[in-house]
Amino acid sequence: MSNIGSYEEKYKGFDWSFARKELGCKDSTPLNIGFYCSDRICQQGKGGKIAMIWEGYKGEVEKFTFDDLRIYSNNYAHLLKSFGIKERERVFIFMERVPDLYFSFLGILKMGGIVAPLFSAFGEESLLTRLEDGNASAIITIPKLIKKIRRIKDQLPQLKKIIIVTDDENFKSEEKETSFSAKKAKRVEKFDIFPGTFETPSVLHYTSGTTGKPKGALHVHSSIFAQYLTTKWCLDLKPDDIYWCTADPGWVTGTSYGIIGPWSLGITQVVLDSGFQVGKWYNLIQKHRITVWYSAPTAIRLLMKEGEEIVKKYDLSSLRHLCSVGEPLNAEAVTWSKKVYGLPFHDTYWQTETGAIVISNYPGMEVRPGSMGKPFPGIVATVLDSSYNPINKTGSAGLIALKPGWPSMFRNYWNNPATYDSKFKNGWYITGDRASIDKNGYFWFVGRDDDVINTAGHLVSPFEVESALLEHPAVAESAAIGKPDPINLEVVKVFVALKSGFEKSDDLELEIMNFIRKRLSPLAMPQEIEFVDSLPKTRSGKIMRRLLRAQERGEPIGDLSTLEND
Amino acid sequence: MDDVKQIIIDYIRKEFLEDDSDMEINENTSLISSGIVDSFSMVSLKTFLEKKYKIQIPDTKATPEAFDSVKHIMSLLKEYVNI
Repeated sequence: MSNIGSYEEKYKGFDWSFARKELGCKDSTPLNIGFYCSDRICQQGKGGKIAMIWEGYKGEVEKFTFDDLRIYSNNYAHLLKSFGIKERERVFIFMERVPDLYFSFLGILKMGGIVAPLFSAFGEESLLTRLEDGNASAIITIPKLIKKIRRIKDQLPQLKKIIIVTDDENFKSEEKETSFSAKKAKRVEKFDIFPGTFETPSVLHYTSGTTGKPKGALHVHSSIFAQYLTTKWCLDLKPDDIYWCTADPGWVTGTSYGIIGPWSLGITQVVLDSGFQVGKWYNLIQKHRITVWYSAPTAIRLLMKEGEEIVKKYDLSSLRHLCSVGEPLNAEAVTWSKKVYGLPFHDTYWQTETGAIVISNYPGMEVRPGSMGKPFPGIVATVLDSSYNPINKTGSAGLIALKPGWPSMFRNYWNNPATYDSKFKNGWYITGDRASIDKNGYFWFVGRDDDVINTAGHLVSPFEVESALLEHPAVAESAAIGKPDPINLEVVKVFVALKSGFEKSDDLELEIMNFIRKRLSPLAMPQEIEFVDSLPKTRSGKIMRRLLRAQERGEPIGDLSTLEND
Repeated sequence: MDDVKQIIIDYIRKEFLEDDSDMEINENTSLISSGIVDSFSMVSLKTFLEKKYKIQIPDTKATPEAFDSVKHIMSLLKEYVNI
């Protein structure tokens, strides 16, 4: 029997107070995610239970109990307080998936700070944009990544402290830096956890839009109610499960479902700090007897590419429930997983801004391959026409929209309330994605409603790529689009017009690719560069990405009446 | 063959390591699983090899396993180049 039981029954008459009751949280109870993910589990007598099985890329394994989580997160909370970091100040974490990433995430929350995770492969420009916007008070990082921070720290005058996670007593710290190891530090058995309210800010996750700089979606501590219940009902986690979320905590899936969801339920989870390799992934499932696996369509398509034979070399019989997130899961992937693993992947849909799953396929409910599923209990979802009115005709595509009010909804964009306000129309939150709804209430993804590129489940802003390209000495102007890709859904393709005196060449193409990779991130690196003499523009001088995208996809190019020259 | 090996190592050092990195890269160093080269950046390495040796490596062959060490990359290259 699944945790959710009957979806229809749960949807009817649902109230979020159900999650609050399950977590033992009354309106007057101080609320802190850090407490609910560690101390509360220990208070239930489960301090000795394994919370995290961590495996490094060489196959080394470390295990940490919920009591370890409690103590090590206390150590971080205490350390930050000792440096004068105060509640609501932003503490950024910039690490690979080392255990201290997880301890410090909870520690920041425990002392009342706002935790802002950064993807470990970010280049300096991506880092600086986010650290500046978020007014970072402190950064927690690792020796491998410290040089990136050192190169930009002078541009961050408000930065008080850089904490470098290392056991190396000979590590040479520079100004503002402190080396620290939670495991070696004096154990802080008791820490006065910051007594947050439902609306106390908790996590700041940056996400990309079509225009402007990345936006920091601000969440609050009451997001845990949605993260707890969606983990329980969509991912179906039960006390004896061994759970693996493959997402990096630099992105929202890695925190909502790689930290908060499973640990608020007291579940053991596996963390793999290693690059993607098919054999390594299957071996991890076999070795740790993983039962519930939450991954992404790009990874699933890479596994499909490797074929069925390799699957037979591993014992994957421990698996009992599979879920996917990040981009639409194609029907073939669902059918394939059912055939090869004996289990279908259940697609789940949500965004950085929603903080938790809002539309999903549920255990026990018929999976329609290719469908996003149905709205989570407590979520009112529809599709809207271009005037932001609900479309009542079955099967007609429109903008996916949600009625505001669920606990994990973002509360603002950091320093950008005008953009936040623009996301709400006619009383609906506009997701920016398009879908249709069938006669049985299943949602079917159609695509983005803007120019944002979805590559392997990560959103890349064409504006950011184009802005960075302009900093290359050879580039006069450029346009970035999402090119369809069989594995990653889309990859970044750029059209580049060179300045006079520069000639296109293989070397220049490679140089531009690596230039963007280092400035922004590997995700933003153009996987294809097309050199052009000029770019199509409107009469007002705006580059027509729409036209380039349509040409690339072989779609109708639409109205060209505003084209500058034809 | 040693020349080709060195060319690959030099490219990895130049593009994926810090200028003053003292990390040793040899033919057995793990590249993808250690995070020196991530699966997206692998495209940079693949493009470099394709342009350098005027070859096309099919996507089906460009797997993280095939790019996980210089030794593996050399094995892959041998399918397309006489080295």
